[in-house]
Amino acid sequence: MVLSKTASESDVSIHSTFASRYVRNSLPRFEMPENSIPKEAAYQIINDELMLDGNPRLNLASFVTTWMEPECDKLMMESINKNYVDMDEYPVTTELQNRCVNMIARLFNAPLGDGEAAVGVGTVGSSEAIMLAGLAFKRQWQNKRKAQGLPYDKPNIVTGANVQVCWEKFARYFEVELKEVKLSEGYYVMDPEKAVEMVDENTICVAAILGSTLTGEFEDVKLLNDLLVEKNKQTGWDTPIHVDAASGGFIAPFLYPELEWDFRLPLVKSINVSGHKYGLVYAGIGWVVWRTKSDLPDELIFHINYLGADQPTFTLNFSKGSSQVIAQYYQLIRLGFEGYRNVMDNCRENMMVLREGLEKMGRFNIVSKENGVPLVAFSLKDNSRHSEFEVAETLRRFGWIVPAYTMPADAEHITVLRVVIREDFSRTLAERLVADFGKVLHELDTLPARVHAKMANGKVNDVKKTEKETTREVTAYWKKFVETKKTNKNKIC
Amino acid sequence: MFFASRYVQDPLPRSYRMPENSIPKEVAYQIIHDELQLDGNPRLNLASFVTTWMEPECDKLMLESMNKNYVDMDEYPVTTELQNRCVNMIANLFNAPLRDSKQAVGVGTVGSSEAIMLAGLAFKKKWQNKRKIEGKPFDKPNIVTGANVQVCWEKFARYFDVELKEVKLSEGCYVMDPKKAVDMVDENTIGVAAVLGSTLTGEFEDVKLLNDLLTEKNKKTGWDTPIHVDAASGGFVAPFLYPELEWDFRLPLVKSINVSGHKYGLVYAGIGWVIWRSKEELPDELVFHINYLGADQPTFTLNFSKGSSQIVAQYYQFLRMGIEGYKKVISNCMENARILRKGLEKTGRAQIVSKERGIPLVAFALKNKSKRSAFELSKALRHDGWIVPAYTMPADLEHMTVLRVVVREDLGRQLIERLISHINAALSEIEYDAPLVPTPKIAFTVEVTSSDDKDEASLLIPATSIQWKQHKPQTISKAKEVQVFGTKTKGVC
Repeated sequence: MVLSKTASESDVSIHSTFASRYVRNSLPRFEMPENSIPKEAAYQIINDELMLDGNPRLNLASFVTTWMEPECDKLMMESINKNYVDMDEYPVTTELQNRCVNMIARLFNAPLGDGEAAVGVGTVGSSEAIMLAGLAFKRQWQNKRKAQGLPYDKPNIVTGANVQVCWEKFARYFEVELKEVKLSEGYYVMDPEKAVEMVDENTICVAAILGSTLTGEFEDVKLLNDLLVEKNKQTGWDTPIHVDAASGGFIAPFLYPELEWDFRLPLVKSINVSGHKYGLVYAGIGWVVWRTKSDLPDELIFHINYLGADQPTFTLNFSKGSSQVIAQYYQLIRLGFEGYRNVMDNCRENMMVLREGLEKMGRFNIVSKENGVPLVAFSLKDNSRHSEFEVAETLRRFGWIVPAYTMPADAEHITVLRVVIREDFSRTLAERLVADFGKVLHELDTLPARVHAKMANGKVNDVKKTEKETTREVTAYWKKFVETKKTNKNKIC
Repeated sequence: MFFASRYVQDPLPRSYRMPENSIPKEVAYQIIHDELQLDGNPRLNLASFVTTWMEPECDKLMLESMNKNYVDMDEYPVTTELQNRCVNMIANLFNAPLRDSKQAVGVGTVGSSEAIMLAGLAFKKKWQNKRKIEGKPFDKPNIVTGANVQVCWEKFARYFDVELKEVKLSEGCYVMDPKKAVDMVDENTIGVAAVLGSTLTGEFEDVKLLNDLLTEKNKKTGWDTPIHVDAASGGFVAPFLYPELEWDFRLPLVKSINVSGHKYGLVYAGIGWVIWRSKEELPDELVFHINYLGADQPTFTLNFSKGSSQIVAQYYQFLRMGIEGYKKVISNCMENARILRKGLEKTGRAQIVSKERGIPLVAFALKNKSKRSAFELSKALRHDGWIVPAYTMPADLEHMTVLRVVVREDLGRQLIERLISHINAALSEIEYDAPLVPTPKIAFTVEVTSSDDKDEASLLIPATSIQWKQHKPQTISKAKEVQVFGTKTKGVC
């Protein structure tokens, strides 16, 4: 006999989430709620709100991986409760990291003997990697200057103005002066000659980028190396090079193996790469590799008695998840050299499809090169009536997220749109995107010019500033425009 | 099928180089999964504070947001907003003086290490700015902490060129003494860091006393030295168990607080939080406003790209559990810690080092004179599957070796009782005050006579060959029954 029980109002377990009172309450925003709620309700509420986030796979702004195989997802979930830093408790996970470091170091032709352990570490991303590399350079340079009895309080680093913001962060947080080589129209990467000219006795290193964020280009590291070798001979300063290969590190070895940019060049002392870009792992993993042990000052390494064992650690972060390290190892052995090459080949193919499709429309100037990171950066041939920002906003309606941004000094008058081709951006999507661009331009052509009127009122001197403000205003206008359209839709439905 | 295939025969190029060819995904999964079986079991890792279990609904949410790069704020506005809500909730939990503005100043980080570095950087910059205005030297900043601080403070000091002035511990006092700390403060001190939930013993430092003493000193000196509270473990314990304890922003000198979301915030490894009292405490020159992927993004973190999973998980926990839920969990933990403590006291062999008030953990030393005993106990427990590390205390208590069991949410009563019984068993094997006399050697010759008649077979041990150092030799008149393992053999063994 089944005992029946009347469900009381408060018997929450039987109510489906959308029948319960939990969807009637407004969500806590400022203070922790007093009471608990059932887990299904919590899941549903959060899941539903997150539906309004952009779709990661249609986020063409980012280099960061947005798709992995289900087998890898499984491995990641299984290790999500392992705190990576507990090296003694999780020795296999620690070893997987070491294997990755060794594989990546050898991929970059580090001068290692057979069976010799590489010097490097897994980080949360290239930001941390760059800070560690920069710290090592700063300490090396300071030690050298102390030994020479020279002042060591004004270190500087030479980079191009196209560097990603983490270099500026490094400079500001670690009190190193940032000497930037300005860009110029048509030349959007660091000019090696100008860079070497800027090197002085206080320069801790020169940072070259393999895969500029803006246009995907590879800087000429070999030329930089050769010029700097010359200068070092004259000055005796021994200035080293760091290669920021955040994007390019997992592309160049597979697509352009003959390109000399890594440890094959004697002045390159450290390299960083993002595992979560073309390393094909989800966000949260980067790698930094040093040429040899001597390039990493020992005083920066901590040997700690943590949780009962000796653990050498040189990272900024301490506790973190193990999932991404394991995922990186998965990719390295699952794909192997052949697999990565195939993926990069596909990306390049699809990039060409997009590039050619856009060129054919006759409305765009392609700013990116064919060689480099598979991305297409382009600007409008005529942006007097509608700006690139408007194009980006309109494209959002189709689901695509394609950002528009202004170039840094001295090319701030140039605005580009950039589409990054990732592993999961197939040819069909590329063709669809081209078609959608066509639709966007067609639509904008029918609308009156917004930018033009405002520009006419701007001052001549502050033309550059006014443009930025103007574009911001336009963006805000379009955002409102789109939003009103959305709410109108709701009323009708 | 995997185990029938050739892949189990191939040795992976495990050490050092990326394999040439791809392998099927199922194979890659299986190989890695199998190796990882040899890692410790995270849930039996009693060394760590870091969460090792979450509800399946939360796991689901985490998996769904694993491919979202948190830093793409413009692309994932809801995820960004979830972070902001968490910051507000935590700030309110810590009684930040928010008044009507309600928007707290804080950020999500990868862990308390990053949080502490950010807080320390803010102190350093504020102090430097103040000194510059006063026209005084600002090249020798220092920070005052207890010697019990976690290693990330030492890292901060070393990487950011700040001198670490440590208050030494003493027998019976395993945390920072506020009086000694305030004594150490000088004009170059950027701040005093107090720990709420010492790593070693789980104690809460007396932040109120520190505040009061420092206020006095500040009145005399005019240096305005602030306090930072490292509440990595305690931040999610004190508000629920000891709400009357004044340790947070209720004390006027406390300018910033960090807490680990992945400790008693009950989220997997990879999330920490730092909250500032008000906007004034965070120098604006440290905050970057960047044009990344097309939108303005203010950023003050060391890491840039990272996964969104842990932030979503933290919000899930706040929403799902509420204050009520957190209170219940932490009360359970304290109760279980109390049970463990009682069980250890009952053995008569343990000297409890942790206090009853603080983090739910039990730290104990063994009453043995020998230092080795603690490590032996740790080893014995490993055999049973538990990871309970033994470690030496810092300066000036290096003669003490303690074992520490952290009671997390998922260490239930049943497991505690099992642990106690294992400890008892292990202790019975470990000599209590091991005798200094060497163990007696026994050498005996054995005569084995076999016979087909079972009763006739005998093992004769001539008494004369037994040598006892201290006792008189005993004559064994009757052959005792000796159990012989293994097969009986006819003839000579």
